[in-house]
Amino acid sequence: MFDVELLLMIGLKVLFALLMIGAVMTMAGYSVLAERKVSAWMQGRVGPNRTVLPLVGSLPFVGRFLKGLGIFQPLADGLKFLFKEEMIPGHVNKFYYNLAPIVALVPALTTMTVLPFGEFFTENGESIPLMLANLEVGILFVLAVSSLGVYGIVLAGWSSNSKYPFLGGIRSSAQMISYELAMGLSLLPVFLWVSEPGTGAMGLSLVDIVNSQSQNAWLLLVQPLSALIFLIALFAETNRLPFDMPESETDLVGGFHTEYGGFKFGIFFVAEYAHIVVGSAIFTIVFLGGWHFLPWMADPWPATWIGSLIGVGWFLAKTIFLIFFFIWVRWTLPRFRYDQVMNLGWTKLLPLALLNLIFYVLLVTWLDQPPA
Amino acid sequence: MAKTVVLQRKPLSLSERTYLPQIVTGLKTTFSNMFKEKVTLQYPEEKPNIPKNYRGVPTLVKDPNGREKCVSCQLCEFVCPPKAIRITPGSVPEDEVDREHVEKATQEFEINMLRCIYCGYCQEVCPEEAIFLQDEYSSSGYTREEMINNKEKLYELGGTLPDQHYKWDKKKVAEGEGNAH
Repeated sequence: MFDVELLLMIGLKVLFALLMIGAVMTMAGYSVLAERKVSAWMQGRVGPNRTVLPLVGSLPFVGRFLKGLGIFQPLADGLKFLFKEEMIPGHVNKFYYNLAPIVALVPALTTMTVLPFGEFFTENGESIPLMLANLEVGILFVLAVSSLGVYGIVLAGWSSNSKYPFLGGIRSSAQMISYELAMGLSLLPVFLWVSEPGTGAMGLSLVDIVNSQSQNAWLLLVQPLSALIFLIALFAETNRLPFDMPESETDLVGGFHTEYGGFKFGIFFVAEYAHIVVGSAIFTIVFLGGWHFLPWMADPWPATWIGSLIGVGWFLAKTIFLIFFFIWVRWTLPRFRYDQVMNLGWTKLLPLALLNLIFYVLLVTWLDQPPA
Repeated sequence: MAKTVVLQRKPLSLSERTYLPQIVTGLKTTFSNMFKEKVTLQYPEEKPNIPKNYRGVPTLVKDPNGREKCVSCQLCEFVCPPKAIRITPGSVPEDEVDREHVEKATQEFEINMLRCIYCGYCQEVCPEEAIFLQDEYSSSGYTREEMINNKEKLYELGGTLPDQHYKWDKKKVAEGEGNAH
């Protein structure tokens, strides 16, 4: 009656999905800690170093070290959000007010289903990418779903029925629309380059784009301008400084989440960092060679399960460096003014991305022309 | 009239107009800052250095002979702008021979730390150099009553400070030589 194999597969997929959610949410939580620690170090401070778990803290050397690093701080922060009273202001539209944090978090967690983060070698040497769902249109899916994240912010701003969240929501929608275009256009030449005839890589698959960078130049080196535009657009899409228009604490109080508190605010917070984690992973996949070692070099690790573990670790290392880069930029640059953001997006990045696309279209056409 | 020099600004070069080199410089600065020595203090474990002339919590001091210096003249009580000080004068205990040239002593001396503004007038006005604002900066309590320092507490906080004059001893010597006051 029941197809045992099917049930088993569904069960495994659910397990993997839960593991992936756990991994990404943990990374998001620890990015918050990293943000606090790195900002503290850059400002000559020490950062959170008090929180400690009773048993771990009494370990002779490790306990003190972990306490100094603030390893347990995300736990305390999360618990704090969990135990706070859930305030719903009287003047909000309750349905959309409650919906907004969910809408903000879901896209961030959905995009990760198509993120490949390593490869597994079967006994006869074939490599199977490690990911939840190997979509042929991976990058398209990521772009489509991640841009839904703005609805959470817009809904939050609108339903709060108060001026600062409203301004935050307006700014955020304007910014998202402006930078989405540049982002998409900056990715097109990359896929043009990868799917040249004869290489076998076709379409928009994220796995193919990683494998095309194996023992080959990283796409960052081939297309630095595309990478730059994509990175800037990524900063804008994840609402990070210098583009944190929706939040802009200094002029909009808290921006879109001014009226939020407790766990709903926590969800917004985690969603922002989950976007950063996913964004860093995508940049690593597309431009930094994913889990492959260095440009022009074969992976030095063996094609076994150890190799796949090291590959995943290498991928994580690159992603974590990019997360650090996000934080690093945040504590270096001041925020752009709203009109400057619009100006940069529409009059600089968009034309630049278009020119970049045209250049690579011509180049790829010239390279790919069949020998006469 | 001062000659005004109008500086001609050079037009920005292409690389400067992209701001990218400037951003890289900024990134370098923040990165090198990460490894500099931290400027903050891990407060309860590390205490700040208190300078010599710091005006902390007002305290009563004893002289090196262990005698209470305050003679209950109440000048500090009068000068205190927020009226934080309340003195109940009393007589010097009979058994204290060392203080025979002093007419009064304090029976009770209270400083309300919820009123005190740390102005230091009490220290300035004291003719006996008996009250000092020392280096104690952290006073806290769970009730209002706890924040009123009584005589015992004030002497405990103050301790003994070196005396440069030994005023009472000089008076005693002068009296012995027949020219008191």
